[in-house]
Amino acid sequence: MSNSPLPTPAPFVSPETEPYWSGAKAGKLVLPHCRACDHTIWYPKAFCGECGAFDVEWREASGLGTLYSFTQVFRGEGPYRECASFVLALVDLDEGARVLTNIVDADPAGLAVGQRLRAVFHDAGEAAALVRFTPIPTSSDT
Amino acid sequence: MSIRGQAHIVGAFEHPLRDLPQHSVQQIHAECAMGALADAGLSIRDVDGYFSTGQLGFGGVSLTEYLGLRPSYVDATFVGGSSYISHVGHAAAAIAAGKCKIALLTQGAKVRGVIRGAKHTADTPEFPFETVYGETNAGIYALAARRHMHEYGTTPAQLAAVKVAAAAYAQHNPHALLRKLVTIEDVVSSPMIADPLHRLDCCVVTDGGGAIVVVAPEIARDLKRRSVKVLGHAEAIKHSGGRPNDFTSTGATQSAPRALADAGISLADIDYASIYDSFTITVIMTLEDFGFCKKGQGGAFVADGALALDGAIPVNTDGGGLCNNHPGYQGGLVKVIEAVRQLRGEANANTQVRDCRIAVAHGTGGGMSRQASVTLVLGREDA
Repeated sequence: MSNSPLPTPAPFVSPETEPYWSGAKAGKLVLPHCRACDHTIWYPKAFCGECGAFDVEWREASGLGTLYSFTQVFRGEGPYRECASFVLALVDLDEGARVLTNIVDADPAGLAVGQRLRAVFHDAGEAAALVRFTPIPTSSDT
Repeated sequence: MSIRGQAHIVGAFEHPLRDLPQHSVQQIHAECAMGALADAGLSIRDVDGYFSTGQLGFGGVSLTEYLGLRPSYVDATFVGGSSYISHVGHAAAAIAAGKCKIALLTQGAKVRGVIRGAKHTADTPEFPFETVYGETNAGIYALAARRHMHEYGTTPAQLAAVKVAAAAYAQHNPHALLRKLVTIEDVVSSPMIADPLHRLDCCVVTDGGGAIVVVAPEIARDLKRRSVKVLGHAEAIKHSGGRPNDFTSTGATQSAPRALADAGISLADIDYASIYDSFTITVIMTLEDFGFCKKGQGGAFVADGALALDGAIPVNTDGGGLCNNHPGYQGGLVKVIEAVRQLRGEANANTQVRDCRIAVAHGTGGGMSRQASVTLVLGREDA
């Protein structure tokens, strides 16, 4: 668990989404998986929009992903209003979902679409942690 | 069944002001309603159908009471900035089904000077997984722009060309919020909001709104003003559907061909297009998805002058959301109003498309993660 340089607003946690947030709180990326059609569901919910099943199992994911797109935001809103800038990103999880998140501990100028990333967890309130991503160093990094 | 010719737009009114600190939102609705009804030559007592987003007060009910309407049909569909374009299609369908004969559509908004706070995450299922990371409208569209640049080589200067074209039109609009001509250099040197989108890649933030009156053909026949025929309408909701959603295309890929088929026209028949322009990238992707150019070629297309009066497809001749007006972060109604002006031959001096017979108004409501895409095809009385 690392300290976040970014705001960590507590998300709204409901009984339906509690497994996702408590997993993150424990340092694990946990995703809902449909037992009926073998589909990884995103965003977290207890219903499969692919086949209409309620038979959802929460599975630990690899926490690995690939950068689909990113932007350095200079005009934050709400809790991010005081941030000079931060990186908003879309990450393709190895399990198949495309998630909105932040990239942390990285120079925005050095980011590239296609880059490999791993999840990091930042405590947010009593019952949750935010799931952010950081670049995986490559062998060419020194 | 096609909607073609089943309803006519007979009144359109855009609130002339962009900053309304002393107005209540309901007053703006009322001023717009009376403006559109006066334009149509109808009385508020004639109205038997009412369409609004339901965002103010209790669904569509509060404004119905405020305006003193007694409608036999009410629709309070909210699909973001596309709502008002969908309302025209819904009104035409309601009229075709005999539910009402004289439909009033209003928008009123007041957002200038309001600092956007944290979004309430409890009442929208997807918000808890997005807003906590600092999601903003500009940020979401910047993610789309970045990916479009990555896949197709689109450049910041090409994005800027959309704003330059809008400003060239806006100089002729006495009511536009921004009337100054801008250059590509002005856009790319304006402050960065969310990389690669600069301040001048973003639409204006305005108060105000507008109203439209849609009526049955037999009502339109008896009115003095020139009317505009509803020819086609289609909607599409684009979302992840549980699978990765691409950020480089819009719902226009689905709604545009269906609306054109509904109208019985082809792309080449379109003389003018109001294209939702929340950001410059929105226009580029939407033009590609209509098929005005090949997918990925939108940047080169707009940089080549396509949006100008003598270009491939004149777009947003009022200056659009980028320069003229984008009331309450929702630009759909203004898009319809400018299409109506073009088809009536009443556009601002130096911005009238010659012999404008068929026009489209297209809305992109929401962000790129999920959006409501609405395409409306309108025609002159002889179309």
